[in-house]
Amino acid sequence: MAILEGIKLGRKVDNRWLWRELSFSLSGGTRLGLVGATGTGKSQLLRAIAGLDSLDQGVIKYKDVCLSGWSLPAYRWEVIYLHQRPTMFEGTVEENLKIVYGLKIHQDKKYNRDLILGLLDLFQRPLEFLQQSATNLSGGEGQIVALMRALQLEPMILLLDECTASLDSETTGRVESAIAAWLSQNQQRACIWTSHDSHQIERVTNKKLLLSSYG
Amino acid sequence: MADTYLSISYLQLAFSVLLILINVVLSLRLRLGLEKSLIIASLRMIVQLLLIGYVLEWLFTLSNPWSVMAIALIMAGIAGISAVNRTSRRFSGIYWRSLLSVLVAAFLITNLSVAGIIQVKPWYNPQYLIPMLGMILGNTLTGISLGLDRFMEGLVTNRNAIETLLTLGANRWEASHREIKNAVATGMIPIINSMMVMGLVSLPGMMTGQILAGANPLDAVRYQIIITFAIASGSALGTLGVVLLAWLALFSSNHQLRCDRLFLAK
Repeated sequence: MAILEGIKLGRKVDNRWLWRELSFSLSGGTRLGLVGATGTGKSQLLRAIAGLDSLDQGVIKYKDVCLSGWSLPAYRWEVIYLHQRPTMFEGTVEENLKIVYGLKIHQDKKYNRDLILGLLDLFQRPLEFLQQSATNLSGGEGQIVALMRALQLEPMILLLDECTASLDSETTGRVESAIAAWLSQNQQRACIWTSHDSHQIERVTNKKLLLSSYG
Repeated sequence: MADTYLSISYLQLAFSVLLILINVVLSLRLRLGLEKSLIIASLRMIVQLLLIGYVLEWLFTLSNPWSVMAIALIMAGIAGISAVNRTSRRFSGIYWRSLLSVLVAAFLITNLSVAGIIQVKPWYNPQYLIPMLGMILGNTLTGISLGLDRFMEGLVTNRNAIETLLTLGANRWEASHREIKNAVATGMIPIINSMMVMGLVSLPGMMTGQILAGANPLDAVRYQIIITFAIASGSALGTLGVVLLAWLALFSSNHQLRCDRLFLAK
């Protein structure tokens, strides 16, 4: 059964179709790779799935309910989009992780330090990493914090937009295994990847969706 | 009143031009390139003020509430449009949002202070209503344009931060609260700063004018206090109003930031 479905999606930019009649479906365990040259709108598709941009055509269904039927904050908690260039807020890494618990939708949950310590271990970062100033992190470290910030919310679907773009191959490997571990914790989970590295797409995905420039 | 202050003749006005000429000469000698704008600005100021002097003289003879209201509406309309003209970005519908904020803020505050506090009778007495409205409008206009500009600029600059919060489950209010706060604060800073040092560093123009025209300083101070509060609450209401209306336009009800609705002013 599909957990996330896109049906005949279309998006126009400057009166040109970026993509059109695009359909896909994700069931538990699906790792979908978006493939296509630069400028074919891979990020735009992920943004549309996250509900950040509107579609010009088609519908997205999550758990058989159209996005218009979802309260977007509740939906986005389960379907998290990870930016190509994640934003860190002022303060330490730990404060950046805690920031989500100040939001209304997560007010019943508490910051789980043990879970974070486990993730630190996985990314082989020392405990002091949590006390570092988040705005001074390198691009790669920022991506790790952003991933930890999302994983602690235990989402059902991750939309990974070039999420290892500024990482060395060793850390890339750790990120890939962290995501594999997150997937294996629940049979219903799925994710969508974009990457400029075709080897990575081969390695981490089990299904592909080709985006080609329209017209 | 005629014996308590010195009337100023046109010859004396002409002498005051000499004050500006000092700066024009300096600008020419040091090649600062400011002489042209100095002269244009000075000429505009003279012509506009003389004109408004005659207009006010005529206005004060009005005894019909409708004509006073019509003049007040025209003033507020100009303020609403000028506020937008000073911003560097636009979205469709920005003008009516600015107009609505100016109208509601200025009319509410002007009426409360003129009819409610100073208790002018009749309430539309133009000698009180029009100058009060003018001062409130001038400051509300500044607040609105600063707040609006800061809000739109903040959304563009911090788009990633806002969207990061949205992707983590923030609603549109939570995601943009910081921008709203900064924008309203930016609009309010001029009046807060001027209240801080009022009487210490700066003697407010209105009060100085009243004193020069022969009013008792303590009476002038009382008027100044009412005016300052009216100005502060007028610009606060106007700024908050326009920022919230812009917020409604730039964040959709399904919690999306619509930067695509913004465009640069030509």
